[in-house]
Amino acid sequence: MTNSSETGTPGLMAKAVREGIFAGVIAFGMFLLYVGIETYQNIDNRLVWRTRWGLLAIFVIVAAVARFLTVGFIKPHLDRRKLAKAKSGILEISEEKGFLRTHFLKIALIALLLYPPVSVMLFGPQGSLKYVDNFGIQILIYVMLAWGLNIVVGLAGLLDLGYVAFYAVGAYSYALLAQHLGLSFWLLLPLAGILAACWGVILGFPVLRLRGDYLAIVTLAFGEIIRLVLINWTDVTRGTFGISGIPKASVFGIWSFDVGSANYFPKAFGLATSSAWYKIFLFYVILALCLLTAYVTIRLRRMPIGRAWEALREDEIACRSLGINTVTTKLTAFAIGAMFGGFAGSFFATRQGFVSPESFVFLESAVILAIVVLGGMGSLTGIAIAAVLMVGGTELLREMEFLKLVFGPDFTPELYRMLLFGLAMIVVMLFKPRGFVGSREPTAFLKERKAVSGSFTKEGHG
Amino acid sequence: MTLQDTNTTNAMTSDTILKVEHLSMKFGGLMAINDFSFEARRGEITALIGPNGAGKTTVFNCITGFYKPTMGMITLRQGDGKEHLLERLRDFEITKLAKVARTFQNIRLFSGLTVLENLLVAQHNVLMKASGYTILGLLGLPAYRNAARAATEKAQYWLEKADLIERADDPAGDLPYGAQRRLEIARAMCTGPELLCLDEPAAGLNPRESAALNTLLHSIRDEGVSILLIEHDMSVVMEISDHVVVLEYGQKISDGTPDHVKNDPKVIAAYLGVEDDEVHEVIAEELEGGAH
Repeated sequence: MTNSSETGTPGLMAKAVREGIFAGVIAFGMFLLYVGIETYQNIDNRLVWRTRWGLLAIFVIVAAVARFLTVGFIKPHLDRRKLAKAKSGILEISEEKGFLRTHFLKIALIALLLYPPVSVMLFGPQGSLKYVDNFGIQILIYVMLAWGLNIVVGLAGLLDLGYVAFYAVGAYSYALLAQHLGLSFWLLLPLAGILAACWGVILGFPVLRLRGDYLAIVTLAFGEIIRLVLINWTDVTRGTFGISGIPKASVFGIWSFDVGSANYFPKAFGLATSSAWYKIFLFYVILALCLLTAYVTIRLRRMPIGRAWEALREDEIACRSLGINTVTTKLTAFAIGAMFGGFAGSFFATRQGFVSPESFVFLESAVILAIVVLGGMGSLTGIAIAAVLMVGGTELLREMEFLKLVFGPDFTPELYRMLLFGLAMIVVMLFKPRGFVGSREPTAFLKERKAVSGSFTKEGHG
Repeated sequence: MTLQDTNTTNAMTSDTILKVEHLSMKFGGLMAINDFSFEARRGEITALIGPNGAGKTTVFNCITGFYKPTMGMITLRQGDGKEHLLERLRDFEITKLAKVARTFQNIRLFSGLTVLENLLVAQHNVLMKASGYTILGLLGLPAYRNAARAATEKAQYWLEKADLIERADDPAGDLPYGAQRRLEIARAMCTGPELLCLDEPAAGLNPRESAALNTLLHSIRDEGVSILLIEHDMSVVMEISDHVVVLEYGQKISDGTPDHVKNDPKVIAAYLGVEDDEVHEVIAEELEGGAH
């Protein structure tokens, strides 16, 4: 069927070839300096450069062929399918949802609960480390951070570019207080959250009058200030050396994960000595923290304060005309968002056992914000999906050996992480400008709960 | 005119809800409002009219706290006799404490929230208190649940009044223009105001929608809520208002019943754009016409 229509449109093929060549030229221009030329240090420690024409050619060919196929075959095929659908009368936005969609959350939760035992069963305790720690915990930390930032950016519409500052406050609170006062993780977790919330309010006060771009710049500066204080206040933070030997979390003080101790967890349960058990425990801790974040967010959205946040995002002046104190409303959004950042930070500290200012650079804020925007501002499900794709995807790059077959044996996919990250963002924003889940669930309804299309909701002005 | 002047200097009578005295507002070198005084009586619809750029919206913004007046005093007297000096309150406190609600010339709805949610946001302060500033509400105590149910019922009441009950679960941004105007008024009413300030509520409405608006405004007045409105559409003003104040170049030029204002030569001159020296001729003609 496809062949007959293709032969009937010679103009299409010509166009596809033209667009393909054009894409190749653009790719050549773009990658000439990035890929075509490589700088390295020679034996005399001098910086010299060499060319990589072969790799550049592969990049250009991939771009040209992909564009050719998209214009010549994929797009006409999609258009035909759309037309056929429209003819048969099936609406794009169908009310019917598949089993997977209606029970998505339950299935996801069960899958997450079973994830560590299954990976231990499949790969053994030591083999499961990669899956539980590198994928599981890493992704869940970002899910939690993004859900926390979602309160500030997605609900209240305040663009915060320095969210990582609260993550840092939480991490250093735990690291310092645990070392100097010897308090346990379970006591310091809420304390770190409260301290981060205090910093949220401290940041909130001066920026209350600022909106939009100005707010974004000040929050960005705040994030950098925190990082620079951590680097330079060497008496307390030990500067760039960081703090190491941070105590591990225990199972509510009953069992410990320190190998020498009397109540060592694996010993108590007759398991082999392995760090995997600690990671599995941490997986469940961060999973519980994520669920707490989601629960609080869902509950708060149905409270007057949550509605006020969303109203603030839609129209601040109208909010004030309705008697809502926008100052306290903004401050609570900052404080609660920061609190979850603080929780995540203290978890991060206990998981790594080491914190240094390098973990809290601006790039982290940008990644968290990107996850929120890609997921769809305000949508917990969308953000979780975005976190899995973004964080899991970059971790997965390390595993992609097959790319070496295309790009040659010295191709290291991790190095192209940011390039692919940006590419993925552009693609998502082209096809889903409102993120994966662009619609909004109303918090109250009279007859039926209808999702609000993303074209009505606003992004906020800061 | 002398009668009106003595009125404003009198002590506030019990049926006065809003008293504006010697209000002046300066933007840089521009005197937008110059020594403007008027009164709005309880249970009445007071209209503030005037040509474009006369300063009507500026007066509104001063009353509702969005501007701080350069000079003057704005007193609001509540039903229980409590008085608030509006120029000393912050904008959200004017709604919260003094019970003055407002709408906007260019509609300001929460377009991404549903119609019902818009009305629930308007009841923020009541619900906030009932939820123990969120803490008790998070625990799911019955006190908050009852308050939430009462809030929904109040919203439903105003949705029925504004003829929007069928669209309750649709996003506010999806409503047609006339319905958005009515929703904004319903939202303002959900804050439980004693004085409702409407900034050009009939702007852009077709005759049928305009008639529906008149019915809504009358039913609001019949509930004992006083209304202050800015309007361009003279047919609306003359039909629904009990008391009209005319503003030109930031100064009051007429004040009285619709009939009085309609026949006031100064108003006619202001609206028809007569030259200054011709005003006297117009007045003279009017007087002659009145004498015959």
